[in-house]
Amino acid sequence: MAINWFKYSAPTNFYALAGKLIPWFAWPAAILFGIGFYIGFFVAPTDAVQSEAYRIIFIHVPASILSMFIYLIMAGYAALGLIFKTRLSAMMASALAPTGALFAFISLWTGALWGKPMWGAWWVWDARLTSEMILLFLYLGFIALQASIEDPRRADRASALLAIVGSVNVPIIYYSVQWWNTLHQGSTIKFSGTSMHVAMQQSMFIMLVACWLYAIAIALARVRSIILEREANTHWVKELGEKA
Amino acid sequence: MSWSEFFAMNGYAFYVWGSYGVVLLVFMIEIVAVRHRRKLVLRQLRWMNESGDTE
Repeated sequence: MAINWFKYSAPTNFYALAGKLIPWFAWPAAILFGIGFYIGFFVAPTDAVQSEAYRIIFIHVPASILSMFIYLIMAGYAALGLIFKTRLSAMMASALAPTGALFAFISLWTGALWGKPMWGAWWVWDARLTSEMILLFLYLGFIALQASIEDPRRADRASALLAIVGSVNVPIIYYSVQWWNTLHQGSTIKFSGTSMHVAMQQSMFIMLVACWLYAIAIALARVRSIILEREANTHWVKELGEKA
Repeated sequence: MSWSEFFAMNGYAFYVWGSYGVVLLVFMIEIVAVRHRRKLVLRQLRWMNESGDTE
């Protein structure tokens, strides 16, 4: 039996599939946030240098990673939509943008609250911080551009170009701590090993998985509304409206 | 360690709880916003059906 992989690229089928998948991502996300928080605050020891302030790391690092990954996935979907004119890809890009912006905001916010007690400043014009702020503006620009163009297909094309060009910024964020002499520290976890306590690593990793699951669940929930908005004139959505 | 000691975060309470509190808040706002958007689009679809919109 051949599986029809293209079946779910049709908005109709994906709408139903996404509805079924949401709880499978949302509930594990909530549980893992709880476990990650517990390990991060009750198992991981106090840091010798930073005392309790370092505990911001358990949300700061996962949120920062997600803000970069979501951008690349969003730009990937936007590119697919641009090249193959697939409706669903463009809708997925639109659904990911607000969540990506949210993670970029969390990264900057928790970074400011960590920077103040440790560096003595909420903000510095450091390469890492500045490129992360540009990432937030790229997300906001993507959302604003889509909202400002009335014809959805033209809006998709314009915002896809912005997303693709802007993806140059992601490796800049990632390598900024190596390329420039930044106040922001380099990665604590490297391929060659880490000096971090095992409970600290566990908490950070679990929070990272929880953030991933949350992002998938919320993007699926959002894309369902986008599908209905954009396909409002099709027969299947009209039938859905009768039932609702 | 007592609960008051735990919440005090050795003097870093504002920074630590300010971080996690805002994260919780923005997640809640996003969930409410996504639910609201769905309610709006479903209401619009219902309205389109009732008004016999047959574009």
